[in-house]
Amino acid sequence: MVIGNIVSKKNRILLRELVATDFKLRYQGSMLGYAWSLLRPLMLFLILYVVFVKFLKLGTGIPHYPVYLLLGTVIWNFFGEITSQGVGAIVGRGELIRKIRIPLWIIVLSSSISALINLGLNLLVVLIFMAANHVDPMRSALLFPLVLVELYLFALGISLFLSAAFVKFRDLSYIWEVVLQGGFYITPILYPLSRITNLKLQKLIFMNPMAQIIQDARYAVVTHQTTTVYQVLRGRIYLYIPFALVLLVLLGGLRYFKQQSKQFAENV
Amino acid sequence: MQDNIAIRVKNVSKTFLLPHEKQTSLKGALVHMFRRKRGFERQHVLDDITFDIKKGEFFGIVGRNGSGKSTLLKLLAGIYTPDTGHITINGRLTPFIELGVGFNPELTGRENVFLNGALLGYSRKEMRAMYTDIVGFAELERFMDQKLKNYSSGMQVRLAFSIAIKSQSEVLLFDEVLAVGDERFQKKCIEVFHNLKEEGRTIILVTHDMGNVERFCDRALVLDKSQKISVTTPSKAAAIYARINVDEKQLKDKDASQENSVARRGNGAIRVAKTTLTKDGEPTRIFTTGEPFSLQLDLERQPDAAQLPVLFGLAFFNADGVAVTGPNSRQAQLDRDAKTVIYTIPELPFAPGDYSVTIALYGEHMETLDLLDKTLHFSVISDHTMGGAVEVAGSWSSAK
Repeated sequence: MVIGNIVSKKNRILLRELVATDFKLRYQGSMLGYAWSLLRPLMLFLILYVVFVKFLKLGTGIPHYPVYLLLGTVIWNFFGEITSQGVGAIVGRGELIRKIRIPLWIIVLSSSISALINLGLNLLVVLIFMAANHVDPMRSALLFPLVLVELYLFALGISLFLSAAFVKFRDLSYIWEVVLQGGFYITPILYPLSRITNLKLQKLIFMNPMAQIIQDARYAVVTHQTTTVYQVLRGRIYLYIPFALVLLVLLGGLRYFKQQSKQFAENV
Repeated sequence: MQDNIAIRVKNVSKTFLLPHEKQTSLKGALVHMFRRKRGFERQHVLDDITFDIKKGEFFGIVGRNGSGKSTLLKLLAGIYTPDTGHITINGRLTPFIELGVGFNPELTGRENVFLNGALLGYSRKEMRAMYTDIVGFAELERFMDQKLKNYSSGMQVRLAFSIAIKSQSEVLLFDEVLAVGDERFQKKCIEVFHNLKEEGRTIILVTHDMGNVERFCDRALVLDKSQKISVTTPSKAAAIYARINVDEKQLKDKDASQENSVARRGNGAIRVAKTTLTKDGEPTRIFTTGEPFSLQLDLERQPDAAQLPVLFGLAFFNADGVAVTGPNSRQAQLDRDAKTVIYTIPELPFAPGDYSVTIALYGEHMETLDLLDKTLHFSVISDHTMGGAVEVAGSWSSAK
C-alpha cells in the first residue's frame, strides 16, 4: 500500500463512486433521509444530557459541561460507526470481491469515509453548541485536528483488522457490539474523570487510546479543566502507551489485512 | 515473454481446502485448535496447467460445470492467487469476469452506468462523454431513470455489455455473454466481437455453446474434471467436449432401469442374455460418426430350442424417436445353433446424438422369442458439424 497507489487516478475514481453509492443507498426510502445521521446522535445526546446532567448532576465541577458531553459522544459515535461498519465492509461487498479485481483496502477506506463525513457534520453541530454556550475560543484548538488524525488512524486500523477477521470468524460482529458497549462505559464519556478518585484506576483508564483522545479533544476546544493523560501520567513511560497502541493497531491492522486479503475472494 | 503473447499461464495449480464443516465461528475454531485431526478435504481444481494465449487471438474456454472454468477465469482476472505457478499478463486485462458486476438494483440505470464505469477506471467526466453511446447501444434510452431492479434480466445484460465493451483493456474476458439477450442483440454482440478482433484485442470467451466456439474462436481450451487439458482447434475442441459430456455410466443405468420394465416380451425359448457394444473390439458406449460400430448378442437357449433358427431384427432410434435404420438377418447366413451373434457397421453414418436400440428375436413361424424395446443406449459424437440424421458418403465436384 504505497501512498502513490492510494491517490492514483483509478483508485480515486473508484473511492469516490463507492462513497457516493453508500451515501445514496443508506437513507433511501426514509423521509428525512440524510438528516437522520445528524438527528440520531443528537437525540441520543439529549437523552444522556437529561439523565446524567439534569437528573444525576454529573458534571457540576466542569464549565460548559453539555458541550463537553456532546463532544465526547460525537467522538465516540464516530469511533463506533467507523468500526461497526468496518466489521462488515468486506463481507458486505462479497459479491463484488468474488467477481472483480479491485484494491480491497479501498472498500474499507470508503466505508470509513462516509463516517468521516458524518463526523464533520456532527462537529458543526458541536460548534453551534459551543457558540450558544459562549465557549471561548482557545489557542489549543489548533491541536484539535491532530487529535482527529490520531482518532481516524486508530479507528481505521481496527476496521482493517475487523473486516479481515470477520471473513473467517462471523461471531466477530456480535463480539464487537459488546466491546463497543463496554468501551462506552470504561471510557470517560458520560462522567468526568475527576469523579474517579482511585488514582490507579485513573491511570489504568488512560491506557485506552479512546480515553486519551476524547480527553485531549475536550481539553483542546472546550475547557482546560479536563483531566488529561499528561497530568495523570506525567513523566512516566506509561504516558506513551496509548500512542504506541494506536500505532500498533494501525500497523498490525494493515499487515493482517494485507496478508489475509489474498484469500478474501475464496472465503468471503 | 515474447511480444506476441498476451497471457502466459505456466504450471498453475489451485487447490481449495474445503472444511467438512466450515468453521466460521470463534467457538468452532477454538474447539478445532485442540483437535489433532482437522476435517479438511483438498479439492484440486486446477493441476499444473500451462498454456499461452496469443495477442489478438479469440480464445475459447469450454468445460463442463465444475471443471474449473470459473476458477481459471478468476485466476486470470487476478481475483484468486495461484498456489503454484505464474500467470503473466501482457497488457491490461478487464478486471471483472462477469457482466454487470457491481450493479446495484436500488440505483437507477444512469447511476449504475457511472458506478460500473468507475470499476473500469473511468471518471464521471469520461463516462459522460461515452454515456449516449452506451445507452444507445443498449437501446435503453427510455429506461435510464428507472431503478435497475425494474429492468428485465435481458435489459441488465445489454446495459452491462454496452459498458464492458468500452473498456480499453487489451484483453477482454466474456463469460457466457451470448447465452442471454435476444437474437437482435446477439447479432450486435457478434459485430462487436468482429470489431474488437480487428482492433487486435485479445478476447477470451467462456461458453458451453460449441457452435459459438467454432464460429468465433481461433483456438479453444477444453477443461476436464480429470484435469487433463488441451488447447486445440475449435472443431477438435468440440469433439473433445462432446466426449466428456457423454456419461457412460448414465447410459448403462438407463439400460438397467428399462430392463426391469415391461419393455420386454416374448415366449423366452431363446433369450438375449447379454448385449455388448464395441468399437474395434473395445466395449464402449461412445461412437464416432464414420468409425466402426458393433453390437454383440449373447443368447441363452432352452434345451428344446438348441437348434432353432432365429431371425434377428434391430431398430436404431435417435433422440427424437425417429427410426434411423432397421436391419434384419433375413439375408444373412447364420449358424442354426449360434450362441453369439454380432452386427457390425464398418462406418457408422449416424449424426451426433443419443440413440437407443430395439432388439427382436423371431422363430421359424415369426413367433416372438424375445423383444427388448429401446433398452440399449449409446451416444454418437463427431469431429465436424453436419446437418440431418445421417451422413452419407456423397462427394462434391464442379465444372465450369
